[in-house]
Amino acid sequence: MSTMSENAGKVSAPVTESVAATQLRRLSAWRAFEIVLWVAAFAAIFLLPSHMLVLTEIAIVALFAISLDLILGYAGIVSLGHGAFFGLGAYAAGIFAKHIYAEPVTGLFVAAAASGIFGFATSFLVLRGSDLTRLMTTLGIALMLAEVANQMAWLTGGADGLSGVMVGPILGLFEFDLWGKTGYIYCLFVLFILTCLARRLVNAPFGLSLKAIKGNPVRAAMVGVPSRRRIVAIYTVAAVYAGIAGALLTHTTSFVSIDVLAFHRSADVLLVLVLGGVGYLYGGIIGAIVFTLLRDWLSVITPQYWMFWIGLVLVIIVVVGRENLGRWHTFLPNSLQERLARVVNWRLGMKLRGEQ
Amino acid sequence: MLTILFDGIAYGMLLFIIAVGLAITLGLMNFINLAHGAFAMVGGYITVVLMNRHGVSFYWCLLIAFLAVGVIGAVLERTLYRRLYSAPHLDQVLFSVGLVFMSIAAAHYFMGGQQQLIQLPPELRGRIEIFGVGVGRYRIFITVFCAVLVVALQLALTRTRFGSQLRAAVDDGRVARGLGINVSVVFALTFALGSGLAGLGGAMGAEVLGLDPNFALKYIVYFLIVVTVGGTSSITGPFLAALLLGIADVAGKYYVPEIGAFIIYGVMVLVLVFRPHGLFAREASR
Amino acid sequence: MITRRMLMAASAGVAMLGQTALTASAQEDTVKIGLILPMTGPFSSTGRQVEAGARTYMEMNGDTAAGKTVELIVRDDAGTADQTRRIAQELVVNEGVNVLAGFGLTPLALSVGPVLNQANIPAVIMAAATASITKESEYYTRTSFTLPQASVPVATWANENDINRVVTLVTDYGPGIDAETWFTKEFTENGGEIVEAVRVPLENPDFAPYLQRVRDSEPDAVFVFLPSGVGSLFMRQFTERGLNEAGIRLIATGDVTDDDLLNEMGEPAIGTITGHHYSAAHESPENEAFVESFEEANDGMRPNFMAIGGYDGMHLIYAALEETEGEVDGDALMEAIKGLSWTSPRGPVSIDPETRDIIQNIYMREVEEVDGELYNVEFETYEAVKDPAKAEDSAE
Repeated sequence: MSTMSENAGKVSAPVTESVAATQLRRLSAWRAFEIVLWVAAFAAIFLLPSHMLVLTEIAIVALFAISLDLILGYAGIVSLGHGAFFGLGAYAAGIFAKHIYAEPVTGLFVAAAASGIFGFATSFLVLRGSDLTRLMTTLGIALMLAEVANQMAWLTGGADGLSGVMVGPILGLFEFDLWGKTGYIYCLFVLFILTCLARRLVNAPFGLSLKAIKGNPVRAAMVGVPSRRRIVAIYTVAAVYAGIAGALLTHTTSFVSIDVLAFHRSADVLLVLVLGGVGYLYGGIIGAIVFTLLRDWLSVITPQYWMFWIGLVLVIIVVVGRENLGRWHTFLPNSLQERLARVVNWRLGMKLRGEQ
Repeated sequence: MLTILFDGIAYGMLLFIIAVGLAITLGLMNFINLAHGAFAMVGGYITVVLMNRHGVSFYWCLLIAFLAVGVIGAVLERTLYRRLYSAPHLDQVLFSVGLVFMSIAAAHYFMGGQQQLIQLPPELRGRIEIFGVGVGRYRIFITVFCAVLVVALQLALTRTRFGSQLRAAVDDGRVARGLGINVSVVFALTFALGSGLAGLGGAMGAEVLGLDPNFALKYIVYFLIVVTVGGTSSITGPFLAALLLGIADVAGKYYVPEIGAFIIYGVMVLVLVFRPHGLFAREASR
Repeated sequence: MITRRMLMAASAGVAMLGQTALTASAQEDTVKIGLILPMTGPFSSTGRQVEAGARTYMEMNGDTAAGKTVELIVRDDAGTADQTRRIAQELVVNEGVNVLAGFGLTPLALSVGPVLNQANIPAVIMAAATASITKESEYYTRTSFTLPQASVPVATWANENDINRVVTLVTDYGPGIDAETWFTKEFTENGGEIVEAVRVPLENPDFAPYLQRVRDSEPDAVFVFLPSGVGSLFMRQFTERGLNEAGIRLIATGDVTDDDLLNEMGEPAIGTITGHHYSAAHESPENEAFVESFEEANDGMRPNFMAIGGYDGMHLIYAALEETEGEVDGDALMEAIKGLSWTSPRGPVSIDPETRDIIQNIYMREVEEVDGELYNVEFETYEAVKDPAKAEDSAE
């Protein structure tokens, strides 16, 4: 304990660095639970060979949820139509792989570009209005996009889905296998890289200015944050992320069905994010793990009525209070609490600075 | 031409009758209650069970659906909804989506997954001629019913003591409480009214829209469209919006069927882009 | 607290999955059938009927075939294609299933195509009805029907019965367009005239504008394809608008007068002419036994055309196993499936050795009241109809 407070004392008495810079670095330092999570995720490749497919799905849902967290958690935009970007990415990747070039990584870029452009174009519609207006505008756009996909059957396969997508080996080297191992490694790498990028983004001044806009748009504008430009930018980035998640789905299933654009996708991802917690990126990943396993488990036990239990979980979460969920550890004995807090909040940067 | 106009009005009224309850809970009380469809579904199922299994007349069923769902609404309000009035919109969305999921599974469990149909009383079946135009009787029934309902609700809101108490409680709960209004009871009653109307809408809409466990989710978009396009500060706003959407949708589908599926969403997005608070909102309110 | 409880639940789930995976490889004498169906979501009634049909078969014929125990593993895909695909893949790798079956909708069936090819596993389609599915993989076979198969006889019948001007009205998605295309082709080749082709969006609460269009073009009949639940609503509005009084006849594929819902449709449905492969009122000893056993096990629910798909699908698997003498290799099973024929409750059926699709009678039926209940009563039979879409492909 004593060494820790000494270290903290050194850090909080900066001589040359400004307080802000230290704060930023503290924010972006890797925390213990993050490292554990990633190590576990990579270890799963060897430890859980029979669960590659569930893990792949978790990785995709997690990326999709992170994308939603970028706009919901950091910019405060409630969207019920985020599935539009996911679906667009899935279709872009599918059509590209089918007609032009089957290598998946190239497909990721194509999907990212397609969703990014669409996200940029529609971002102007969410600038104004209340939560309800945004909810409905995003929902309306998603529904119209689904109808477009249905009508353009010559390109998308319509309601029958886009079949005959042949996805080639990744970078021409790694073939997708039946056990889903390649697929999982592929998705995990993409998830890891994009999460790192997102961490940098939200812990940079850009991310902090977004939180300022979310907290109080008027005040943010007064200290000179260009809120419109910031929202457009983050919305576009989120669209790119969602598009990539969609493309991953296409690549691992080599099929695109019209339900990638369905309403339930947008609703599910919202649930996933809330289960895991909004506004710290890892909520998406944790939510995806909990949601997917819970649903899988329930739907094996009770194929017809699992929705009831998911609904009940949601209601309980809201009634108990989302913020209380993060404090579950307060029910533990005190000594355990302290130890836990120390372990979880242990940061890579702390130790480094302590040794200087 | 006249037929299309009338069909449009009738369709608009159908949209209104299923959305009017939401216009109260979401519009007046500012609670994003996505479980509206679940309340409507309960109303529909009450009607189906009473009519098909116990032979109760359709009109009594409507009344019972209204009252029963109103009571259910009041109970839920007292136990659960009440805690969430001041919660963030996101919490309200999640909570009500959770309720929707539970209601879908429950309906599945108790009623089975198939489409439920009811037999209207003979006087509401078929069609009659008005000005040389054949019009479905049930559609006239819905239209007249809606017209009466909207007038009654509007009068109740603007002319009665309860109405002004409600408006005061919504606008500023603390001041209203200070003036001696029992805000909590006012909200509970209003919520019960909104749920009851949802149940009524479900009972009346089931004939045209059908009724299966997914009712709660399937038409959620339509309820929300009516209320958001109409604006959330009055009953007449959603009423006019429903009319406009109904006529636009029917006319669009008749004259340009190729774009039929896009019309209602397109109209909504356009309205919201140019008037984010709805067509008939008091500007800059909330 | 919640988080902890949920994590516990989740880890329990993982442990359970692990256990089942272990037990899976242990047993050699069982044949596992993975039945993937939409048990929740908008298409849950399909899942319910197919599952009940499959279970009825096992109820009536026992759970052994060629000396092996048949085990049915039912999983819900909620009508979402990527779930179907994942579940299929998991069933194959972790549970070691030998045959996949079910598939409520076309995209759900199509999504498993690559898995079948990679794993050499036969897939018995018990519900999905778009013609092209079986072309996507050599391992597909089908015991439901295809829409062209049901639509073409309706067109033939219309030609033969003085119906000259027809409006088609279909739901605007794959199966609807299939039905429209094939009806139109057959009908116009024999001198009929399509006055107008109306397509209705999938999400459509009100048929008024479309029915008005039908009425304004004054046809002899309107040919309708709509998914089953929607079909019953359509029927109501058709009568309410007085189209039958205006002398317009309603002809359709059997989805519209789904046996599951027919009774509740009531009076407006009476007199509707439909063409389809199965009616619960089909007169044969096989069907009587099937209907009785089905209704008994399912609380009086009447089997519909989905249920018969599940029932015959199971029969197909049993019969193929008998043929291979218990050999469960995918290629051997597919060889055995080709050309199988049997008497189903729906009438005589066989599997086309070339397309692996079902060949069956299509019956023209009229809705009538029998003993106080509504039934599709068959009055004309088109025998051994092949799927016309693929028959044409092979002719080219």
